[in-house]
Amino acid sequence: MSRQSGRSSDPRKVSQELFTLTYGSLVSQLVKDYESDEEVNKQLDKMGYNIGIRLVEDFLARSGERRCNDFRETADIIAKSGFKMFLGITPTVSNWSAAGDEFSLVLDNNPLTDFVELPEERSQLNYSNILCGVIRGALETVQMDVNVRFVQDILKGDNQTEIKVKFIKRLEDAVPAGEE
Amino acid sequence: MTIYSVYVINRAGGLIYQMDHTMPKTEVEKTFSFPLELTLKIYDERVVVSFGQRDGIKVGHTILGINGELVRGRQLEDGRDVLEMIANPDNYPIAIKFGRPKLSTNERIMLASMFHSLYAIGCQLSPEMKSSGIQVLETDSFKLHCLQTHTGIKLIILADPRQGGVDALLRKISEVYADFALKNPFYSIDMPIRCDLFETNLQAAVESSERSGMYGAGI
Repeated sequence: MSRQSGRSSDPRKVSQELFTLTYGSLVSQLVKDYESDEEVNKQLDKMGYNIGIRLVEDFLARSGERRCNDFRETADIIAKSGFKMFLGITPTVSNWSAAGDEFSLVLDNNPLTDFVELPEERSQLNYSNILCGVIRGALETVQMDVNVRFVQDILKGDNQTEIKVKFIKRLEDAVPAGEE
Repeated sequence: MTIYSVYVINRAGGLIYQMDHTMPKTEVEKTFSFPLELTLKIYDERVVVSFGQRDGIKVGHTILGINGELVRGRQLEDGRDVLEMIANPDNYPIAIKFGRPKLSTNERIMLASMFHSLYAIGCQLSPEMKSSGIQVLETDSFKLHCLQTHTGIKLIILADPRQGGVDALLRKISEVYADFALKNPFYSIDMPIRCDLFETNLQAAVESSERSGMYGAGI
C-alpha cells in the first residue's frame, strides 16, 4: 500500500495518487467482472484478507509493536500506528460498545476515495471494502478473530466513513508457544 | 566475527529456509602407509574414527574421500567398500580425507522441528509465569539466537559466541522476510522460501552485520 509522498528518502513510499488510481482501476475491473455489488464486496474483502495476513509481518517488523492483551490497545495500534504507516491517516476510534468488544474507526479523509463518486446504481458497493479484509487478515495472523464491516460511507451520502470492528474470540490454538 | 547459518521455521515447526554462511573448515587430508594407526568403526552407515587422534584428525571425524574420490556412506562412488580397501596392504600408500559430514536436508528439517518443541518446552518448564521460549542457546563453539515474531515465525541464527549485534540482525532479517518473501505474490505462506531476492538481501544483511559486529559485546 502507499504512503504520503514528500518524505521521499524511503524508496517504499510512492505517490498517494498512484495508489488511489491503482485501487480505483482494481475496483472498476471487479465491477465489470462481477454481476452484483455484493460479489464485488466479497472479492475485495478476500483480496484484503490475503494482503492483511502478509502485511502484518511487515507492520510488526517495522513498528516493533508488542502483543496486545486488550482490545482497546489493539484499536489504538490499528488507528495510530497501522493506518498511519500504510495510508498516512489517523482514524478516530469511537463508539465503544459497553462490553468493550466493538469499536468504530472513523475516517475523515479516506485516501482510497480521493477522486471517486459512486453512481446511483452502485448503492450496495462498499468501495473501500478491501480495508475490512486487511484488518481481518492482519488480526487473524496475530490470533484475534474479528468481524469488520462498513456501517457508514461518505460515498453513499453519509456524514462520515465508519468501519466497525467486532472482537469475536481469541484463536487460542494458534497462539504460538511463549507468546501468551 | 562469524555468522555460521540462518534458519527460518514456520508456525508448525517446519523448516522453510536454511542458509549456511561461513562454515569452519574441518576437512583434513593425509597420506598413510600400512598399517593405519587409527581405529575406525561403522556408525550410522558412515566410517568414523573411534580412537587415535593425530594431525588434526579427531575422534568422530568421518571418512569423506579416499585418494581424491568421494565416499558415500561406507562405499566409494564406484561401489568399493571403504573398510575392505583400508584393510588391504596392496592399496597403500593411501590418501584419506577426514572431516565432519554436512547435515543432510532431512536432518536439518528434523533438527528444526526438534528445536520448535524445545522452545515450547522452555516456556512450560519456566518457574515464572509467562515465560518466552529459548532465545539464546550457548555452547563453547557457537551461540544460537532465536527470535519468534508475534505471528509465530521463528528466525534462528547460529553465530560465533563472541559475535555482537545479532539481535539487530534478527530484526533486520524479519524485515527482509516481510519484504521479499511475504510481498512476493508467488510465495505461499508457510511453504519453503525459494525467492532469489530474499536470498540476496539476507546475504547482504548478514555480511554487513558481520563487518560491523563487535567481539565481546554480544548478549
